[in-house]
Amino acid sequence: MHSNQEAKPQLLWLQGVTCNGNTHSFINLETLPQLLEKFEILYHPILPSTKNLHEIVSLKNSCDILIFEGAYDPVLKRGDTLIKDVIVHYAKEADYIIAAGTCASFGGIFKQSAPQRNSGLVFNENITQGPLMAYKEKIINLSGCPIHPEWLSTILNMILSGYSIPLDSLLRPQELYSSLAHHGCSRNEYFEWKVDAKGFGLKEGCLYYEQGCRAPMTHASCNKILWNGVSSKTRVGTPCFGCTEPEFPRNDNYVTKTNMSIPQDVPLDIPKRAYLSVAGMAKTFHIKRLEGKLIDYKRDN
Amino acid sequence: MARTTKEERKKGIISAALQLFSERGFYITTIPDIAQKVGMSVGNFYNYFGSKDVLAKELLLYISEYLGKNLREINEKEITTKEKIEEIVSMYFRVAKEKPEMIEYFLRVYLSNREVFGSECKGMICVSPFVTEMMIFFDESVSRGDLYNQDFFSAFGLFMGYLGGMVFLFGEDILPEPLSFYEKDITENIYNALKSRS
Repeated sequence: MHSNQEAKPQLLWLQGVTCNGNTHSFINLETLPQLLEKFEILYHPILPSTKNLHEIVSLKNSCDILIFEGAYDPVLKRGDTLIKDVIVHYAKEADYIIAAGTCASFGGIFKQSAPQRNSGLVFNENITQGPLMAYKEKIINLSGCPIHPEWLSTILNMILSGYSIPLDSLLRPQELYSSLAHHGCSRNEYFEWKVDAKGFGLKEGCLYYEQGCRAPMTHASCNKILWNGVSSKTRVGTPCFGCTEPEFPRNDNYVTKTNMSIPQDVPLDIPKRAYLSVAGMAKTFHIKRLEGKLIDYKRDN
Repeated sequence: MARTTKEERKKGIISAALQLFSERGFYITTIPDIAQKVGMSVGNFYNYFGSKDVLAKELLLYISEYLGKNLREINEKEITTKEKIEEIVSMYFRVAKEKPEMIEYFLRVYLSNREVFGSECKGMICVSPFVTEMMIFFDESVSRGDLYNQDFFSAFGLFMGYLGGMVFLFGEDILPEPLSFYEKDITENIYNALKSRS
């Protein structure tokens, strides 16, 4: 009879060029202790592990789930071993390979540290290229900068429960990435009636037209699974940066690119003519309720 | 004799209305005048358009859609920005020449009798099919790096104000030459004014 320890899937968490953001985010998971109980953590840079880094890079083990955080750099070493060799070794016998974060998925911010040689595991921005191409069918990309801890816990629980995990063309789970960051934004009425926010951190206004919000073009669950359980960037009045997409990091954050006042990028898959016609119609009307402040602080109690 | 469809009858009314408004003026032309020209009863006319104001708005949409459709064909051609400007100018002048009642209606009824259009045609919503297509033209031209990125209205005003002005002069028989004579220089002027600055 197998002991409980032997029955648990073995999880290995390795890092490329990283800021540790996805680890930092993950340890905020409210149910972290219960989740970790379900795995044997072979190695994680900060969580209690059954093996140490030197044992891992000796390449004598295998794992069931390989999680990689950070950009892939072919000359990077950890434990004096090229991570290139380490990840290929563990990829062979893993059932699942999870790219945690945009760097591991597409290259992200840390691709920029050596743009010619860094990439994600199987994507280099939006081109299919990377060290684990041979194991592409095992890859799950959880892009985000960082990912929400519940995105990872959701996928790990789906794996544990034996659910199939349908992926999109960028290998991201449709469970989390089929909706847009735009869905569930508390400013939707302002978006509808084209009432633009005139700055950041304001309760009123939509951030799309003047403040560079990428939410209508970005696949993410940020306004459905709230951050820290309470909020999101757009809800507090800072625009979405599109951090789950291959083009991240962008160099036009906070700015909406326009050509003769026409937004360069309109909401995903909406024909530009259709968008302009509807937006033009909405902009014509001035809805008093929507143009005023939500809370009148000056009113005496 | 073939029975005309409702759609064809509607187009017939539109055409007749535009003619009469152009010949006699908007206020002088009455619904019975239009109905008579089309060969239908006044009662039947109201089956197509609820009132003169509704007709006025529908005419505007009709013209905008017509011009918008032509503009879209130009937008979708794989030609340079300057060539597109040339084609837009040419198309606009061709309509002014072959269907003067259309542009006349726009200049002399819409622009000059704002009270007729009231709240039904707030802003640019009744000319949306045309304006949207101009937006697409500007968006692509700036995106390609051909035209200078500026506010939409500065560019739109230059382009359409210029063309409208020329057609107005044409309508007043002030131009000594046919409209086509001016196309080349007008295209150059518009292109030079709007092109990207290095």
